[in-house]
Amino acid sequence: MASKTQTALQSKAHDPALDQIIKLAIMAVGGQGGGVLTNWIEDCAHRNGYVVQATSVAGVAQRTGATIYYMEMAPAQERAPVFSLLPAAGDVDILVAAEMMEAGRAIMRGFVTPDRTTLIASSHRALAVSEKTVPGDGIADSEEVIAAAEIAAQRFIAFDMEKMAVDAGSMISASLFGALAGSGALPFERESFEAAIKASGRGVEASLRAFAAGFEAAAGGKIERPQAGQAKLPAANAPAGPKHLVEQWSKLEARAAAMPEAARDMALTGLRAVVDFQDLDYGAEYLDRLEQVLAQDDPAKGHELTREAAKYIAKAMAYDDVFRVADLKTRGSRFARVRTEIAPAKGAQMKLTEFMHPRAEEIVGMMPSGLGRRLSNSQGSMRLIDRLFNKGRRLRTDRLLPFAQLYVLGGLRKYRRGTLRHAIEKEHMEAWLDKAMTYRKIDYALGVETLRNRRLVKGYSDTHARGLSKFDRVMDGVALLAGRDDAAHWCRLLREAALADEKGDQLEGALKTVRSFAGQAETVLQN
Amino acid sequence: MAERSFAKEVQKLKIGEGETFSGEGILALTKALLEAGVGYVGGYQGAPISHLMDVLADAEEILTELGVRYEANASEAAAAAMLAASVHYPIRGAVTFKGPVGVNVASDALANLSSSGVTGGALVIIGEDYGEGSSIMQERSHAFAMKSQMWLLDPRPNLPSIVQSVHQGFELSEASNTPVMLMVRIRSCHVTGSFQARDNKRPPFTVKDALANPRSDYARVVLPPMSYMQEHDKINNRWPAAQKFIVEHKLNEMFGPKEAPVGIVLQGGMYNGVIRALQRLGLADIHGDTEIPLYVLNVTYPLVHDEFFEFCEGKSSVLVVEEGQPEFIEQALGSALFRAGKNISLHGKDMLPMAGEYTGQVMLDGIEAFLKKAAPELLPARLRAPNSEEKPALPDLSKTVPIRPPGFCTGCPERPIFAALKMTEQEFGKHQIAGDIGCHLFASLPPFEIGGSTMGYGLGPASNAAFDGGGEKRSISIIGDGGFWHNGLSSSIGNAVYNKSDGVIVVVDNFYSAATGGQDILSSRADNASKATGHPIADAVRGVGVKWVRQIDRTYDVPKMREILKEALTTDHVGPKVIVASSECMLNRQRREKPLMNKAIKEGRRVEKPRFGVDEDICTGDHACIRLSGCPSLSLKKLDDPLRDDPVASIDQSCVGCGNCGEVADAAVLCPSFFRADVVHNPGWFERTLGSFTSRAIAWLQNRRSRGRIEFVRT
Repeated sequence: MASKTQTALQSKAHDPALDQIIKLAIMAVGGQGGGVLTNWIEDCAHRNGYVVQATSVAGVAQRTGATIYYMEMAPAQERAPVFSLLPAAGDVDILVAAEMMEAGRAIMRGFVTPDRTTLIASSHRALAVSEKTVPGDGIADSEEVIAAAEIAAQRFIAFDMEKMAVDAGSMISASLFGALAGSGALPFERESFEAAIKASGRGVEASLRAFAAGFEAAAGGKIERPQAGQAKLPAANAPAGPKHLVEQWSKLEARAAAMPEAARDMALTGLRAVVDFQDLDYGAEYLDRLEQVLAQDDPAKGHELTREAAKYIAKAMAYDDVFRVADLKTRGSRFARVRTEIAPAKGAQMKLTEFMHPRAEEIVGMMPSGLGRRLSNSQGSMRLIDRLFNKGRRLRTDRLLPFAQLYVLGGLRKYRRGTLRHAIEKEHMEAWLDKAMTYRKIDYALGVETLRNRRLVKGYSDTHARGLSKFDRVMDGVALLAGRDDAAHWCRLLREAALADEKGDQLEGALKTVRSFAGQAETVLQN
Repeated sequence: MAERSFAKEVQKLKIGEGETFSGEGILALTKALLEAGVGYVGGYQGAPISHLMDVLADAEEILTELGVRYEANASEAAAAAMLAASVHYPIRGAVTFKGPVGVNVASDALANLSSSGVTGGALVIIGEDYGEGSSIMQERSHAFAMKSQMWLLDPRPNLPSIVQSVHQGFELSEASNTPVMLMVRIRSCHVTGSFQARDNKRPPFTVKDALANPRSDYARVVLPPMSYMQEHDKINNRWPAAQKFIVEHKLNEMFGPKEAPVGIVLQGGMYNGVIRALQRLGLADIHGDTEIPLYVLNVTYPLVHDEFFEFCEGKSSVLVVEEGQPEFIEQALGSALFRAGKNISLHGKDMLPMAGEYTGQVMLDGIEAFLKKAAPELLPARLRAPNSEEKPALPDLSKTVPIRPPGFCTGCPERPIFAALKMTEQEFGKHQIAGDIGCHLFASLPPFEIGGSTMGYGLGPASNAAFDGGGEKRSISIIGDGGFWHNGLSSSIGNAVYNKSDGVIVVVDNFYSAATGGQDILSSRADNASKATGHPIADAVRGVGVKWVRQIDRTYDVPKMREILKEALTTDHVGPKVIVASSECMLNRQRREKPLMNKAIKEGRRVEKPRFGVDEDICTGDHACIRLSGCPSLSLKKLDDPLRDDPVASIDQSCVGCGNCGEVADAAVLCPSFFRADVVHNPGWFERTLGSFTSRAIAWLQNRRSRGRIEFVRT
């Protein structure tokens, strides 16, 4: 019976109308206005005589999370088409990604294929929580997504549509809509896109501005690398100040400029940082230290040691203390930067509140080192100081008196060299530098890596203490490794592990491994 | 007021015969209810039908004009119980909630309703939250329909079919005296399209008519011996009546050629996915005209075996496309074929996966596999050959692209609560913490990782009951205001009082049922024209006998939050310690305040707008602040400074100035990098004068210092 019917059936000829279905998916982060964008596209398609079906997922799954909108459209006919409610891998014509990693997610899910997909992505990043919580640098690499997109997409358009929208006083949905229109991926005229925006009736002017910017950029077929940081400004490198100081500076600058080429720029940067932190004498001290390192460097190794020393000695010397914070907070250049960032409207004023929370450690750190050390060794005194000072302080630096408090504190940096904090920092730096130079003698690469371990020391109060403890643990691990061929490699791994999580669990794991082989080796050697 | 307003869209509900309605699935459902002469509607919000509740709320005026009662029920159980009005009275009623979790909650009432049977049509519209975008455990509501014997409709996911199924659902319910579930999936709720409208119909018999003419009949009461009779009535009368109606009114549909060697049986909701797969296989055209016969079950319970056998006639193989597990339909059809001694091979879960959503690829693979086995000659040549196309090798992005689960919004008032809780745990060690349903459950994810379980809506504190006896460290449980009123007051708080719980309960009160879209609840602070709001949670808690209650009216006060948590964890008080932490949901607050603020600025009134910032040269890039926040507006940026290895914190323009950053930096003694900038729009004369004097004085001081030292400037 089955065989009889089989002949009655044939594989149907491919329906050419199916090729007219345009399948469009929007991958966004909850809160980016994907719903608005969907409505605009739908309206625009209707205006062009298309039937459209749009679907979305609303609700809790969307709050700041990855979300997807999907729509299909085809020229209207007598009979309604049957559209899918879900995008399918290998079957998406236009993929709009409202963020770079969402473009990556779309590629991973197979929604971007070289035979059909136009990928329109905003190159900006909205960092996921997992990227931000890493104590080091956990930011995902957009270049990898771009590389994949260039292979996966038939056409790839990417630029920073977020910035474009913000500049136009609008939301990214508007610049994305402009990019979609400008890409020409939809067979509709620009006017019909704009008509959809106008019909939606809210924030029309700003939306049209962002739309136009997106349109122009996409029509130019732009692919723009995401910018790692802020827009590039010329570096603040030019010395300014009284003549005699600038003259002295020039001498220091010449000393730094005399460094080997590989280390020169870093030495200049470092020199500026320490002079900015304290004064010209401090800069000379910095160069003294650096020149000592240089004397022991190996030109055959490209002066890597000196370059890393230039970077990390500067960081160690320009540590973060109360004077430093007070100085930075009260500078005119800082006030100007805040004003640019907040951009108050014309005629508007700005109040500025700083959040300070000094502890006893910071208070005694500002004292002359002898007194400070005595007090910090006495638990009773520390408790008393804590009771007097340890509380959150909010200072309104737009007001004269609170500003003056910080201003005076910032001025006290002149006395910094005599303080307990300075003594502690100096001691720590010298011990670290000594260690690095000792290692350098037996293993150049390990010397370099040891200098780099200084990266672990950062932050304030508890975070600073945690950083110091990680630094110490890594240095202990390095002590076990010194003398091995792979010591530098392991030193780097330990440092990376230390930067991977807050508590140092990964570091603990890495140290265990190091102990398992290096510890044994050590005993063997001792025997 | 809900997150999304349908005030404009609901006007479309008024259109009549001959006009075309276009819009979203949820609006179409509402329109269909009005066309069907519904007498009362209600429900409980939850994705994907939250917006249906919002539409009903926004349409209340239109409903009232028609004599339709709208109730925003306290829970799904309350909503299902409301259908009792259809037991004795010839009134059509409809309620809506999400499935399967809402159905779980409603199951007590639904079982009683099903046993009693109905006179007026009773429709339960279920938003089945299964597959991508779902926020709950993955289960099927199907089992509930079977166990209580309610009929289950699963219409094709397009507006005309959904609308038709509302009409058919009421008719089927009345023809068989059985309540009917109408299931719509996540995407069908928001699918857009259009259909031919009919006139709205006033209910022929209203709830007011019923109050004027009360009825009762003990044969409908679920008590022995009537309950035994009801059980037999289900099988002897209601079941055959339903099957008869389904066949006579052609509720299920058949498509494609009559004669073919193979066929596909599918749930109505799977129709578009199946057609797309067939389109891609070259077996269907754009309109869905298919070469493979389809038997579309718009009614997935009960099944009509004769109809199925008729479909199987002349076929050697049939595929059942049924999403989720267990495969109730496939099992039932298989057993029917076996009992009838039919010789036909039945496929289903052997070709398609047992678990998970039937996405485009899954459907394509499954149907292709079935056809390869059962009728390979139907497939185009290119598909018969293995690996006909080569795909380009793509770099592996799985290690690059970070997961992006949902989380707290910018400025969320719950963030500081959990920041305080995390700091408390840093101080006193890890505690046994139970979560609940709601936005606050995001705290279980990084960066907070607070709470390790969720047992159901309003059951957070109840789920810590085993630890009520106390121990070395107190247990902590979280419950939201939504869950609190849903059933938490009795199941969680009452339970804790009665059992003299030693635990700490944190009630997260954000003034709305926020996770579901900002619907009002009893303790909402906003005035609601038709609902009673403004009933404080703290009063309710005291009312059921909690003696230790602390009310916090600004959750952003992290030090205070911490202090109270500490007090709760250390007090000698016997009995539950309840902290009510209240601050308005920022999404709703912004929606409310932003337009007012902008208007005030335009009108020249003085307005302060706060925003936070980070001093990039003070921030050292350790990201400790982010580990106590996770705010979307608190992000990172890489500085163009060779001395910096790690990106520094940065706050973007989406910051709403909630204060969490500053509070946390202070409370956790993090760092002095944060600042708050309050922009004062339209300052007064005195303020302007003082401001200009101060800024000149400050600039003088700054210049003075600059002149005395070397500084580096941009050129």
